Amino acid sequence: MAEITYREALNQALAEEMERDDSVFLMGEEVAEYDGAYKVSKGLLARFGELRVVDSPISELGFTGLGVGAAMVGLRPVIEFMTFNFSILALDQVINSAAKMLYMTGGQINVPIVFRGPSGAALQLAAQHSQAAEAWYTHVPGLKVVNPATPSDAKGLLKAAIRDDDPVVVLEGELLYNIRGEVPDGDHLVPLGLADVKQEGSDVSIITHGKMVHLALQAAKRLEKDGIEAEVLDLRSLRPLDVDAILTSVKKTNRAVYVEEGWPYAGIGAQVAATIQEEAFDELDAPVLRVTQADVPMPYAKNLEQLAKPNAERVIAACKRVLYRT
Amino acid sequence: MTGAAMTERGLKGFVREELLGILRRMLLYRRFEEKAEEAYAIGKIGGFCHLHIGQEGAAEGCIGPLRGDDYVISAYREHTQALAKGLGARQVMAELYGRVSGSSGGKGGSMHIFGASQGFMGGHGIVGGQVPLATGFGWAIRYRGEDRVAVCFMGEAAVNQGAFHESLNMAAVWKLPVIYVVENNEYGMGTAFHRVSATNVEERSAAYGIPSSVVNGQDVLEVWRHFEALVDEVRAGTGPRFVEVRTYRFRGHSMSDPVSGTYRSKDEVAERLERDDPITLLRDRLFQAGMLTPEELGLMDRDVRAEVQDAVDFADSAPLPGPSELYTHVYSEVNEHGRLFFDGRDR
Repeated sequence: MAEITYREALNQALAEEMERDDSVFLMGEEVAEYDGAYKVSKGLLARFGELRVVDSPISELGFTGLGVGAAMVGLRPVIEFMTFNFSILALDQVINSAAKMLYMTGGQINVPIVFRGPSGAALQLAAQHSQAAEAWYTHVPGLKVVNPATPSDAKGLLKAAIRDDDPVVVLEGELLYNIRGEVPDGDHLVPLGLADVKQEGSDVSIITHGKMVHLALQAAKRLEKDGIEAEVLDLRSLRPLDVDAILTSVKKTNRAVYVEEGWPYAGIGAQVAATIQEEAFDELDAPVLRVTQADVPMPYAKNLEQLAKPNAERVIAACKRVLYRT
Repeated sequence: MTGAAMTERGLKGFVREELLGILRRMLLYRRFEEKAEEAYAIGKIGGFCHLHIGQEGAAEGCIGPLRGDDYVISAYREHTQALAKGLGARQVMAELYGRVSGSSGGKGGSMHIFGASQGFMGGHGIVGGQVPLATGFGWAIRYRGEDRVAVCFMGEAAVNQGAFHESLNMAAVWKLPVIYVVENNEYGMGTAFHRVSATNVEERSAAYGIPSSVVNGQDVLEVWRHFEALVDEVRAGTGPRFVEVRTYRFRGHSMSDPVSGTYRSKDEVAERLERDDPITLLRDRLFQAGMLTPEELGLMDRDVRAEVQDAVDFADSAPLPGPSELYTHVYSEVNEHGRLFFDGRDR
């Protein structure tokens, strides 16, 4: 076990998979000479050369489609979006080409590609640079979506995503790149579709993913002072979704709060709440509540931004409400 | 142009067998599309169905000179291009019929014909969407150091899409072995190109320094010769090329649309049919050159019609995809953990 940053963990995952398989290459804006806008690809150009670590023009639709085409004929591209805000320009290729190719071809052509980069808000970047992309991509059959919260999960999930034979969207977090954590040595893989209990508890399930895992852990810690034992379930993977882990936790606590960075309407929490009520209705002692970003574009002003984002207080309040302890 | 001059220019270099092969394939494309048209009219084929009638010279002339392992990708007017790249008439017709024996097992339909083992990479329904994909084939060829070529067909309306411009820029930067072919049939659905375009098709690659050329798509031999040379150049590693193939569509945009109407007159279509049918033009040259008799043509056409009828019979009797096919091919790898579908299927 070594303690490294989330950024270093992703860098190791890329380097190890490129070493392991010649068909893996990295393409995106600033990934090569600049070492990555967030330095995730630091040192890779020097190590693997310019055929495999490629600075693209600012043409998200174009280079994403180029990656999909390369994957159609057997390469395993990793396409970096400098941030997922810019991936919106490439949605046609991700959805109409990558996600649907295997189906439209009747199984002739699969698309083993990874789309990765930071998603979600950072600090005061305003509306166009602060949005969580997971609900958009998770909506689409044909795509797989993961959103790691820790260095260990970041490395293990990215490696698994690169080896997966389908298109996988790997959502990282700008505010996660510097966090540190222990990562197992060796060929560390985290299978897609496997959630992880980040903290055990028996009173209420806080179910979440990505950066919000850390918020949930803060809230759980503070709830302990009130004698409330919250369980924090990190989904890690949003499609495939570990429904068994969700139901197991809800059966234990009988109460659930979903925390996510994105908007509430048709969000990940909406799907999870629907799944819980469909499959564990009798286990519930309270409605499933959600803590999300306010249903507005992200404001710039610091005070408004804080109001828009989920915070530990709101998570604590939601947990107390489902426990009828307000 | 006199018959002698056409013979001199048009038939030079092609031996009789090659010319008859080209004519026979173009006839096959025509008869295939006519049968598709009939089948659509009686409800055997559904959805959108875009016919290539009038543009057969482009399919044959551009694809004929390619190698089997070269890639071809296209938009949604692609039935004949699939046939040209080596898919069987049975497979393509069965796909139009939505049958399990179709090229995509009935899941693709008219707009999504694929033959991966023949290097025919679709069949794409979003205008311009196939252009970045072709660029990716070129990237993969360069990445692996192969000497294949990728040919990307598009209609003229696609040159106004961003995907087109982003792709040409990247192909030029990285000298990718891609030939971008614009089949200019003058109308994007019902909008004449010049009404919505600031510059001509042939000028569109100039900004990226990609050599551009124009060829008469109704003269299949001219197209063939032109492509033969281009393919050699591109295969030699000289970077991408851009070609405008001037052609004309003798049918409506799709089967749901009229042949003529508010955007083009009956007279215009009649005049072009009379003057610009690529099959008639080749046939007449072969007659004039003494390489074909009307009797031989009759036999050829009978043979082609039999092949197309066989494809129709095959498609009509092929089974529908079974209900269990609904969920196959969404993912190629079903992960050990977690749920992939959210409609109750997994419970």
